[in-house]
Amino acid sequence: MEKLPLLSPAPHLHSSETTGQVMWTVVLALLPAAAGSIFFFGLRALKIMAVTVVTCLVTEAASQAVFHRPVRVKDGSAVVTGLLLSFVLPPRLPLWMAALGGFSAIFLVKELFGGLGYNIFNPALAARAILLASFPVEMTRFYPPFQTGVDAVSGATPLTAVKEHLAGPLPSLKEMFLGVRAGCLGETSVLLLLLGAALLLARRIITWHIPLAYLATVAVLSAIFRQNVAFQLLAGGLILGAFFMATDYVTSPLTSRGKLIFGIGCGIITVLIRMQGGYPEGVCYAILFMNMLVPMIDRLTYPVRYGAVLPEKKSSGQA
Amino acid sequence: MISGGVHPLSFKRLSRNFPIQEFLQPERVVLPLSQHTGAAATPVVKKGDEVVQGQLIGQANGFVSSCLHASISGRVSSVDYCYLPSGRRSLAITIENDGSNRRIETISRDWRSLASEQLVEGVRQAGIVGMGGAAFPTHVKLSLPPGRRAELVILNGCECEPFLTCDERVLREETAGVVEGLQIICRAVGTGKATVALEGDKDGLDEIVRPYLKKLEPELKVELKILPERYPQGSEKQLIEAVTGRQVPSGKLPIDVGCLVFNVQTALAIKQAVTEGWPLVQRVLTLGGLVEKPSNLRVAIGTPVEAILNFCQVKLDGRKRLVMGGPMMGQALPETSLPVLKGTSGLLVLGPREGFSEEAPCIRCGRCLQACPMRLAPAEIGRQARLGNWEGCRQLYVNDCIECGCCAYVCPSRLPLVAWFKWAKAELREKKTA
Ligand code: SF4
Ligand code: SF4
Repeated sequence: MEKLPLLSPAPHLHSSETTGQVMWTVVLALLPAAAGSIFFFGLRALKIMAVTVVTCLVTEAASQAVFHRPVRVKDGSAVVTGLLLSFVLPPRLPLWMAALGGFSAIFLVKELFGGLGYNIFNPALAARAILLASFPVEMTRFYPPFQTGVDAVSGATPLTAVKEHLAGPLPSLKEMFLGVRAGCLGETSVLLLLLGAALLLARRIITWHIPLAYLATVAVLSAIFRQNVAFQLLAGGLILGAFFMATDYVTSPLTSRGKLIFGIGCGIITVLIRMQGGYPEGVCYAILFMNMLVPMIDRLTYPVRYGAVLPEKKSSGQA
Repeated sequence: MISGGVHPLSFKRLSRNFPIQEFLQPERVVLPLSQHTGAAATPVVKKGDEVVQGQLIGQANGFVSSCLHASISGRVSSVDYCYLPSGRRSLAITIENDGSNRRIETISRDWRSLASEQLVEGVRQAGIVGMGGAAFPTHVKLSLPPGRRAELVILNGCECEPFLTCDERVLREETAGVVEGLQIICRAVGTGKATVALEGDKDGLDEIVRPYLKKLEPELKVELKILPERYPQGSEKQLIEAVTGRQVPSGKLPIDVGCLVFNVQTALAIKQAVTEGWPLVQRVLTLGGLVEKPSNLRVAIGTPVEAILNFCQVKLDGRKRLVMGGPMMGQALPETSLPVLKGTSGLLVLGPREGFSEEAPCIRCGRCLQACPMRLAPAEIGRQARLGNWEGCRQLYVNDCIECGCCAYVCPSRLPLVAWFKWAKAELREKKTA
């Protein structure tokens, strides 16, 4: 008789995909936009990205040690958070503020709530909200691209320009698509963001439900408010938010139906803030608000389980 | 089409072309008296008794129980407790082979002359249970509850677990016997409608089967359905959904939607029981995985796994896992002395792999919800199970879980979801009886 080691429960086969792979694929998908950001805003952008990513990694490792959780920095989720956070910061934010953001994202928003999988809010967006409340001036000072040096002149983002009826020409739609406009680090180039999004969709890391519902809702409502629909879709952080923020697994609904509801909700709130709110942009708060509703959306959209339908009813339906 | 499910690599071409080989005379067999669903059988032989192949050695204990027969001729060397692959313990009868190959007298009778009750009784006496894995006593299935009518009998040839090809081989090599078994089943439950369900590309198997089915008309209308490959389509509830579009209501039986599902080898065993009086003492299983020569083997029930490994010259190097059943639902064996049971469809040697991770976080990716063929929310049940909140698991319908393993198969965090759900169910059962 031979003793066999390695008892393990069924199933004994496993799809090859791991959480680490998922996260690193998201990182990969963010790289084109990251490169674009360095192109548009110079080395300064690289510095901010480096600072947020490193603070996120360090904070994660430290808090996992403090909370006696297994240290799983390698799974890449902190890198995703760090990159996403840098993408929603203005290009000339003092570096220590960026670091504070990274710390808030990981420690306050994620680890305090129980770590990966238990946080309610999207860490990058919640950290941005914290920074915006703490440093309203620095967080809203934007610069047009290709300005290096200390004498750079700040310039409004297109959405601010529209909201506050500022004089001066708006960037053309083509410029906005390519990313030649003022804005946060990673939000400006729609083209490069879509490149990454295509990768996520193709690899089935995300599904189309949230982005499509989100963008379609914004398009329809913008039309109702008599806005330039294309402009509204390309402006602000909408593309970044719809494909990379709202689709965050942990803070979005589990089911496809839930995802549609979530996307529509994000769209409505975004447009309402843009049109009626005090801020020019509403993507960040819209997603954070919908994050809070996720447990409820989940409960309302669980699939109808097999066998829950009575056979009498069922058979009449399919006869 | 079933909802959810997964599509793992099937690996079937490794063994599907190997004709069934026989290994029927092991030195010893170990026959647990509880290898079926229901009450354990009662031993009717004692240590030292001489038995011949096919002789009754365990009497069914009540209605939901099953008879047990000697699978070789020889001397009873012990009646003692042994472990089952599931980890439970059962009384078992061990027989040492005397090499004489004596067997009980078989008979020859025409099932057409028998009434339904006689057919069912023949099945009961032969100790037949579902051979697809569940090992539910077949005579119980054939005895319709009052007020229920069987509309459709489904012959389950899906064999959706990767690696396994034994049912496919049996259907290919013993088509006539299997089809006759199907006829007997239909007669026993009084229906004129049946479906033979195959899955995916079975290398022209449908062309072999079809002429046999044609011959049965008009007495019996049998449809041959080829379903797209999908795991766990061969699971009873999923197969009924795939074939008829009906769903078995939660907590009910297939017969409540007028369906009965039988495995290919069960049908063959029924034919042999009814027409020859031959009990269930052998079965075909697939030996596969990381072995040089995968094969389909006809073995005596009770053959210790190590005897089969020796026969096929399979070496385990201490790191490999040995799995009884399919890779999705089978059990990893703690040792090689365990016997083949009536419900054992495969013996797989699999490589070592990173285990599950109890502590990994659920990243709420939703893949498990997409994959669950019962359309449950495994991520949420798992969250409750982790907290030890069994009642919460029940409210999320953990009792409807068929333990197919699709959720754990797709989970990128490698959470041992199915193991948790089995645990939750056991806790809930205990609470109910307490
Ligand atoms: S929850 Fe149960 S039925 Fe659903 S996929 Fe997991 S094991 Fe299968
Ligand atoms: S597949 Fe795993 S990680 Fe994804 S939601 Fe289900 S349990 Fe969570």
